[in-house]
Amino acid sequence: MAASIVYRELSGTDRRFWGLMAWLAVPLALGAAAFFYVEHYGHIVTGMDNQIVWGLPHVFAVFLIVAAIGALNVAMAASVFGKAVYEPIAPLSALVSMALLVGGLALLMLDLARVDRMVVAMTHLNTSSIFALRVVLYNGFLASVAIYFWFLLERRMNRYAKAAAIVAFFWQLLLATGTGLMFGAMVARAAYDSPLLVPVIIVLSATYGTAVFILVLLAACRWDGRPIAEDLLRRLKNLLAISVGASLYGAALFYFSKFYVARSHDVGQFLLFDGGVYTVLLWLGQVLVGGVAPLALLMRSQISRGAIAAACALVVLGGLAQVYVIVIGGQAYPQILFPGMVESSSFFDGEIHPYTPSVAELLFGLGGVGLAAAIIAAVLRALALLPERLDQTLSPQP
Amino acid sequence: MSTNEGSGLSRRGFLAISSATLGGVMLAPGVRLIEVASARAPEQAASKQVRWGLLIETDKCATGCDDCVKACATENGIKDTGRPRTDAQWIRKVELKDRRSGRTHSVPVMCQHCEHPPCVDVCPTGASFKRADGIVLVDRHTCIGCRYCMMACPYKARSIVFDDVTDQNPDVPRGKGCAEGCTLCVHRIDRDRQPACVEACTKAGHNAMIFGDLNNPQSEIAQRVAKFGTSKIRADLKLNPAVRYQGL
Amino acid sequence: MRWLPNPIPAPAFSLTGAQEHSSLRLDGTRLGFALLIALLVPALALTAERVPKPAINIEKPGRCVEDTATMRRGHPDMLRHQRDLTVRDGIRTRQHSLQGCIECHASARTGSVLGDKGFCQSCHDYAGVKLDCFECHTSRPKLATGAKP
Repeated sequence: MAASIVYRELSGTDRRFWGLMAWLAVPLALGAAAFFYVEHYGHIVTGMDNQIVWGLPHVFAVFLIVAAIGALNVAMAASVFGKAVYEPIAPLSALVSMALLVGGLALLMLDLARVDRMVVAMTHLNTSSIFALRVVLYNGFLASVAIYFWFLLERRMNRYAKAAAIVAFFWQLLLATGTGLMFGAMVARAAYDSPLLVPVIIVLSATYGTAVFILVLLAACRWDGRPIAEDLLRRLKNLLAISVGASLYGAALFYFSKFYVARSHDVGQFLLFDGGVYTVLLWLGQVLVGGVAPLALLMRSQISRGAIAAACALVVLGGLAQVYVIVIGGQAYPQILFPGMVESSSFFDGEIHPYTPSVAELLFGLGGVGLAAAIIAAVLRALALLPERLDQTLSPQP
Repeated sequence: MSTNEGSGLSRRGFLAISSATLGGVMLAPGVRLIEVASARAPEQAASKQVRWGLLIETDKCATGCDDCVKACATENGIKDTGRPRTDAQWIRKVELKDRRSGRTHSVPVMCQHCEHPPCVDVCPTGASFKRADGIVLVDRHTCIGCRYCMMACPYKARSIVFDDVTDQNPDVPRGKGCAEGCTLCVHRIDRDRQPACVEACTKAGHNAMIFGDLNNPQSEIAQRVAKFGTSKIRADLKLNPAVRYQGL
Repeated sequence: MRWLPNPIPAPAFSLTGAQEHSSLRLDGTRLGFALLIALLVPALALTAERVPKPAINIEKPGRCVEDTATMRRGHPDMLRHQRDLTVRDGIRTRQHSLQGCIECHASARTGSVLGDKGFCQSCHDYAGVKLDCFECHTSRPKLATGAKP
């Protein structure tokens, strides 16, 4: 019989906690200011134009949403796949997933050029649109994770937690598929146009989500000085290492297939070699900072919280670079109307489109991150989600 | 069966008259619809029997000529603010050069009014839609400015309005924040006129653009499409656009 | 027994005992004050003279397409229905069209339904309802020759 685990909310004086919230309020306030600025003057004040139509806010939004999908993996491992060692941190996993999704969704909804029509967006749904279906998918995911979260917390509902987890797992898969198809089904853009983007998004979600989750876990435990068992850290570290390895493989497969197939060779060449900032971000950011360096840190046999945290931070940075290459790089490469011809026009056909993000977009994107962080901090303070100690041995697990 | 000649309708006569009436009733819509293609009353809805299209004869299209572009801008109230990266463009001349042969072309490109438009598929609110007669439009009442249609269009046909718009043409409402693209001058077509670009090209004597009903075998455009080889831009995507090009 | 959450901390306020700890007492003084504010607020409505009453100047002769009561209450739905007919189906009847309204109701002075004493604007300002139409639609009528304003 396992020793009973005592769960406790974030402790410390009010002053200490509100100090933290004051720090988190800074990106939130700046993000809100940036939003109102863009909403008032219109998107003309951003770096977006008729060539790069989705800018930095979408980069942050896609990153947050993909991370949200994957942050649930630890909870799924515990409740669907029976890995009891993760059970104490399953509620935190669900919380991080929901918070990241809310942050990403907020960015997407608030970046509309006609934000005053948000109600229209929520009430008129074109059923053939993957984009519209994602409204259903996001809300379904949020609802199913929320119900699972509640079942974990409510002792009387604990025995239904597994059923709720299976439903949430199903939504998780649907949402990852929808996000991948949203880009993958766009035949207009040579950089997308591939069903491979669905499995790529799935492995990316595991990577980003696990990295963010581990960062939150380490931060929360450090706040209170809660110990974490080396075994748990080792398992999480290995989970992240496998995800990073899988992402590197997925990315390699995707870019190689673009480069290899004649139809998309030009865009593969552009992204991998001739793309200027996109090529740098791909190799330096995605591969080196987001892949090789974290793997080197994670593959070490000795466990160090600092090394793990550093690896997670590198994965996040590399992930942002990767999403930038996908979202912006995919738009920088123009639509090819006449294959085999050199095109030029007053509407910038046939040219690589430049993009300089504006400060407002950066602040807005960071505001979304701040929103997710604030939600996590507030809920961890209000509810007893995290065990007092994570170094108690449980009954042996496979 | 005894027939009463002269005192009323015989059975055969009744059948003859009723079948003639029935045939007439069945034919009448067909007759009516051919009339619709050429003169639709305001209270009639657009018909799916019609498919409006354009035929561009590129060998008549000169490099440096942009009469169609200027006419479109004038008709639709599209102003040049001097910031081309954010200004809307509904039609543009694309200068092409074949990489291998060096042959050059000048081609006007606008919304291709596809039969299977990707922009309609992806629009989250259904603002981007295809009218019954094939014209692909943006319902600006429902557009939320998400720009997904711009991501999904293979022809870069759509723009989003970045600047405040004033003094619109009353027939062409357009405003900041909504996506827009070539409407095939739907406000003119519904009143039996030609799109502004076609009219300007014809008036200037170039005669490179023909507008008409692709579904009507009697129309000039349908006859030319049937007789000469015409191509579609990115035909490999199988979107079946309504804008056809000759000489590419 | 894996879950043993801590008991919920004592509530910060209560309506029964422990009044000395709570900050949300509903005693007589505060209740009276709150009621006073609640009763005074509607009185503010009587003092508002900032927004002028709408200027309904019917300059063109003839009748509107429907009677006044129907127009006042129903013009949003009429316009919404008509816009779908026009945009989606291509039905361009003039009776309920926005252009029809503007042609009749544009002020002779400003040539618009917006602006100072504009037909649409003054009523909407008074009612406090935002006008979305003229983000895209021009507020001026088409000129008689069919040329653009």
